[in-house]
Formats: sequence, C-alpha cells, structure tokens
Amino acid sequence: MSELVRKNTWTLGLLALFLVLLAFTKTIQTNFGVSGLESLARAALPFAFATAGMAVVVIVGGIDLSVASIMAVCSVIAAVSMPVVGGVAGILIVLTLGTVMGAINGGVIVATKVPDIVVTLAMLFVWEGVALLILETPGGQASDWLQASIQGSIFIPGLPKALLVIAIVVSVVWLPIRRSQLGLSIYATGSHEIAAFRSGVSVGVTRIWAYSICGLFCGFGGLSLVSLTGIGEPVPGPYLLASVAAVVLGGVVLGGGRGGLLGPIIAVFVLRIIRTILTLAGVDPNITTIIEGTVMVSVVMLAAIFTYRGGRA
Amino acid sequence: MTNVQHSNPILDAASIAKSFGPVRALTDARLRVSAGEIVALLGANGAGKSTFVKILTGALSPDYGRVLIRGKPANVGSPAKARASGLIPVYQEPSLIPDLSVFENLRLSGTSVEPFLEFVTKLGIEDIRLEDEITSLPLATLRILDLGRALASNPQVLLLDELTAALPTDLVENVLKVVREQADAGCGVIYISHRFSEISLLCDRASVLRDGQTVGELVIKPGVEEHVVELMLGAKIDLYQREGLSSALPNSSTPRLSIKSLSAEPKLEDVSFNLYSGEVLGVVALEGQGQDELFEILSGFRRQTSGAIELNGNLVSFAHPADAIAKGLMFVPGDRADALLAERSVHENIALPFSAAGSSWGPLKRRFENERVKHAIEKLQIDTRAQGEVRRLSGGNQQKVTIARWLAKGVETLLLLDPTRGIDVRTKRQIYRLVRELATQGAAVLFYTSELGEIPLACDRTIVIFNGRVVDIIDAKDATEQVLMRAAYGLERQGTEA
Repeated sequence: MSELVRKNTWTLGLLALFLVLLAFTKTIQTNFGVSGLESLARAALPFAFATAGMAVVVIVGGIDLSVASIMAVCSVIAAVSMPVVGGVAGILIVLTLGTVMGAINGGVIVATKVPDIVVTLAMLFVWEGVALLILETPGGQASDWLQASIQGSIFIPGLPKALLVIAIVVSVVWLPIRRSQLGLSIYATGSHEIAAFRSGVSVGVTRIWAYSICGLFCGFGGLSLVSLTGIGEPVPGPYLLASVAAVVLGGVVLGGGRGGLLGPIIAVFVLRIIRTILTLAGVDPNITTIIEGTVMVSVVMLAAIFTYRGGRA
Repeated sequence: MTNVQHSNPILDAASIAKSFGPVRALTDARLRVSAGEIVALLGANGAGKSTFVKILTGALSPDYGRVLIRGKPANVGSPAKARASGLIPVYQEPSLIPDLSVFENLRLSGTSVEPFLEFVTKLGIEDIRLEDEITSLPLATLRILDLGRALASNPQVLLLDELTAALPTDLVENVLKVVREQADAGCGVIYISHRFSEISLLCDRASVLRDGQTVGELVIKPGVEEHVVELMLGAKIDLYQREGLSSALPNSSTPRLSIKSLSAEPKLEDVSFNLYSGEVLGVVALEGQGQDELFEILSGFRRQTSGAIELNGNLVSFAHPADAIAKGLMFVPGDRADALLAERSVHENIALPFSAAGSSWGPLKRRFENERVKHAIEKLQIDTRAQGEVRRLSGGNQQKVTIARWLAKGVETLLLLDPTRGIDVRTKRQIYRLVRELATQGAAVLFYTSELGEIPLACDRTIVIFNGRVVDIIDAKDATEQVLMRAAYGLERQGTEA
C-alpha cells in the first residue's frame, strides 16, 4: 500500500491540489454545483484526449506538435460522414483515420530519421490543410446521441458523463497496452533508446505504435469536439500547448521513460479549474494566462523539491 | 584446443569488411569460436574492434563477408535477430533501461527470472531486489546484472566487451570463474579486454586485429603477451618497463595539497594525506570505498562534511568546479562522457577551459588558444583525422583529449580518476609517460586506478583507501599486485615493514 502511494506521489498530490481548488471554487461561488462540475468535465474532454495522446509520445521519447491539427481533421471527418453513414460507422471511420494519421507521423519520423519535433511541426501544417480541404468553413452535423452522451451526469448527480467517457476510453485503450510487451517497449525506448535496441526491442516499430496510439486518442478528441458543438470545425483549437503543459504538470518527463497517463489527465482538470476560478473571480483574461504559466512552473518546481527530499530521506 | 574442434566452430565470421564513407574501418576481419573455447579479441584503439563487435552483434551490417552461427547465417540486421540466433552480447556500457525495474528489464528481453537470480548470486551480488529501479543501482552491480541476464538467456556464443573495466577486483574474480564454467558447459566465448592478466588467466586463444585486419590468431600460453602486443601494435614494446621515477621526495617542503581529516557522506571518513609537487600519488581502492567522494570534493563538485584542504599551506574551499580550476586543481573524470562535448571539435574541447573562465567573457583569444591547443595535440599524439567531432574519435584518443585540455591550460595539480579505463596498452603507456613528465616539471598528480598493475608503472607512492579511510601508504617499489590487493581488502600487510 505504502509502495503504491510512494510510486504515485505526484498523481496523488495533483489530485489533492485539484480537490483543494474545487473547494476553493465553492467558496468564491457558492452556487457552483453539479452543473458546474458537468460543464468543467465537458470543457476538459478534448484537452484530456489531446493530453493522453501527447503523454504517450512523450513517454516514448518524442513529441507530437500536430495533435490539435489531427483533432481538427477528425472533427470535420466526423461531422461530414455522420449524416451520411450514421453515428457508429462515423465513429469507427474517425478512430481508424486518427490512428492512421498518427502512424503516418511515426512512420515518417522513423523512416526519415528527421527529429520528431521537425516532422510533427511539418505535419501540423499538412493536417491543418487536410482539414480545410474537407470542410472549408465550420459545418456538418454530429449524431444527436453522441452529443447527448457527454451531457449531464450518470448514476449519481455529480458524476459527469464526460468524466466517465474519459475514464473508460483511456482505460480501455491504455491499460492493456501498458501491461503488454508494447507498453514496456514504449517506456524502454523513451528511457534509453540504445539500451532498448540492444535488449532486442524494435525501437522503430515501437515509436510508430506510440504515435498511432496518440492518433487514436486524437480521434477521440475530434469526436469530443463535434459532440461539444454539434458541428465540425476545421481550424485547430488551443490543444497543442495546453496538452504539453498538462503532460509536464502531470509528471511525465520530457525526454521520455517516466510518468503515466493518469497524472496528465488530472493535470488537465487542475489547469481547467484554475481558469474557472480566475473567470469567476473576474480576473482580467490577460492576467489569467500569466497566472497559469506561473502556477505551472511553481508546481513542477515544488514537486521536484519534494521528490528530491523524499528520495534522500 | 584441438583442430577437430576448430573444424566445427559455433561462430564463424570470415572476410568481414565495412567502410564508413572514405574511412575503411574493417578490411578483412575473421573470427572462429568453438564450443568450450574462450577467444580473446584484441586490438589497439582504432583497430576496428568496435566496428567488428557491432557487426557480430547485428547493430551494423557488413559491406562484405558473412557471420555463421552453427553453420547458419546469423544476425542479419538487428540485435534482436542476433540474440535469436544465440549470440548474446554484454556491451561495454550497461544496456539495461534506467527507468525500468530489474524485473521489467528481464521481461523486456524475455529472460527467465530463476536462472538470472542464480547467476547473479553466483557472481557475488546477493542483495538484489527485482523491483529495484536500474537508476538506483551502482555501476558495478549493473555490469553484473548485464552479465547475469546474458548468461540466463542460454547463449551459444557469449560476447563480453570490456566487462571487467568498471568492476572491483573481487567481482572480477567471480566473473572469470563463472565465464570459465560457462565455457566448460559448451558455450563459446568472445572476450574483449585490455587487461593482459585476465586474458592469460582466462582465454584459450587470441585473435588480433590491426588496422581493420585480423593479423594473427595465437594460442595463449605463458610468455605470449609480448608477441600479442607486437602483433597489435606492429612494433615491440616492453610491457613491464617502468617509467623513470623521481624517487627523491621533497618531504621537508610544504606539500602542494594537504588533506586533513576529510569526511563526506556516504562513505568518506577521516581521510588525511599529503601530495607533493613532483610526485605521482596513486590511489588504490575497491569499488565504492570513498574514492569517488574524495575526487568530487577536490574538484569542487561537492563539499566535505568536515575536514580541511590546504593548498600550498593555505586553507582552501571550493564552492564550484571553477574555483578548483582557478586554484590549479584539474580533474579528469573516470567517464569520458562526463568531460567531453561529444558533438564539438577536438580544438573546442581542448580550448574549453580558456573560454569558460568567467573573466574572459568577450571575444576569444584565438591566436593564444591555437598555439596552446596545437602544442597539447602534438604532445599527446592525438589522432586528429576525425577532429571535427570528438565522438568520432576512438576511445583512447577521446581520453587523451580530456587530459590535453588541462595540459593546454597549464597543469599544477592533476586529479586523474581511472584515466586508462578501456584504452589500449600503447595509449596507456603514453599516459604514464605524460604523467611522469608533468611530475618532473613540478606538477602534483593524484592517480586513482582500478588496474593495480599500473601503480608501480606510473606512481611514486600510493595510498590505499578501504571503507572510507586511508589504511596504508605504500612505496611504488613495494607495490606488487598482491601487496596492493591485500591492502585494498583492508588486510594487514605481511612481513616486517611498518
């Protein structure tokens, strides 16, 4: 038990921070309740999926600057295809194409040996163009039941459906991978690529898989976008830098090999609720971003100090 | 070994050639290993040994030639395939994944746990826990885990590349014993080492590479070392020739460096000794006896918890490596990677101390710098064919660059932490000679080595550290390996001398 706590100190700390911030929200806005939680979870949905995808590629030792663009492509494909082929087929098409786009990113990186950051920067523009080719202006239509699937709460009031969606998707996609040879290879490649290669890991294939998983999560991200607005939006939203921020705050080490997916997703909620608090408190939006940046550096720094102390004790 | 066994080798590599652009790393390398045989693969730095190893282990594909294991073409393309065909390597650097646990590393390479634990215990590491993370373990343990993992993978051919270079003497003994047992059980072993004592103890045959070509295959028997060295270098060299010693110690004068009751966590405890100018003082210790802490304190990396350092009779303390350097204490770390800017040129690496000094911000003094750097390169005979990037140099030449840096800056006190780790006998010679020369010119040198045989070759005296304390000071002329070994284990000295 104590071993479990020790290994997840960072994640538990973030969770505690989130609960404190939640309580604080309640004090400054006494009528913040179930609907507030629901809208928080809904707003966090696309950020959470972008972050999950980003976390996987950062763990493998890379970075994907094209997550927001892939999500935009997925959202327009969903909005265009669903009225024609129906909701379920639309979802399958979007998830498949998301995975394929991720695999293309990874394949180009492995085949050309051009650094991840350069390739995915280039792909950011490529996927952005693809999204605009599919749908020049916001349009299309998402299935009604899809939109309903993230509205309100389920089982008990205060358990937002959107939160459950995140939990189910991430568990179903990531947990089996984490417990397989592929998961181990992803951590190994990110930790020390040469040693992994020498241990018999196919590092190229592993990287392509990691980017494909990222693409799959971006597919879910695209679906969450159309579910939120009901239409497809070809211009990428602010998900790239937000996902990098959440990954770092969530305890994944840039450079690879360390961290998980739970921490970054909790970090998404921490960052969202900070924004909510500042909005409720009527803080100038320009100052909001300054505060967000400051919080990020401070939290990572404090966490590093605590882990250092903990490691020495 | 009989000819019958030779006619049916487990591993047979022939006519291997490999070029990198215009550089021909290998022109005609060959190697045959039979069951039960331990073959030493020898060559000076730059002979093409590393390239040959990479080809054997599948990390590189040869331009020409073939590698057969039990008559079947092996290791086309990747380390994974080489492993599958039965060739299990233990590389010079640990190849365990730092952020994973021991168990996860085993799972990654598909190694079963029980035989692994059995081998590791036999090799002398008893307190290993499978859930330990690799980053938390010391280097020597990692080498043993690496070997344990290889042994537990049912190797047909085991390739050991400089396995003992970072190991303390007690573990080396275990390793040699276990490797011999493995060979007796029918495994073929390729053994790469720069230590002749180990090779003559362990190996049956030696295959010698020079300039990318296999120039000889010899049976190991007493007295063969001289012949091997001659083949390696293409010239004769006296292995046991001592460099000229400056025996007269100015004991009456103020020492250059006087260490008084120095202690530091976790290991160093109440260490005192004097280092005089004109002297090379050896440091002998098994792995992890506090020598790392001692060198780190003297080079300004960390602070002592108690005790004092006097330089020329004045009390000093270092807040930062730059302080130590400014006061003339220059440190060459044991791991070259800690000292070099791998992607920068030889020139920049050597000139770094000039440009890094805080007082000289602003334009670099090019002419002054060039002259000093050129002098240092000539002095150390650094091979500058690949000088654009230090990482392209052979290991021995890289090591020379780490020393040349301080030579160019002007040495007063040189702190060498295992400066000859993993480099060939000719380069070692050059380093001994250089160290002696610096001492003659008035420098004071502190020389830690993990190879006990180096003490009488390069040092005047040696201190022996055991369990964080100086347990003995031995004169170079009395410092035979047996004497040093006993002292390093904390045993009393035999005989009458005090």
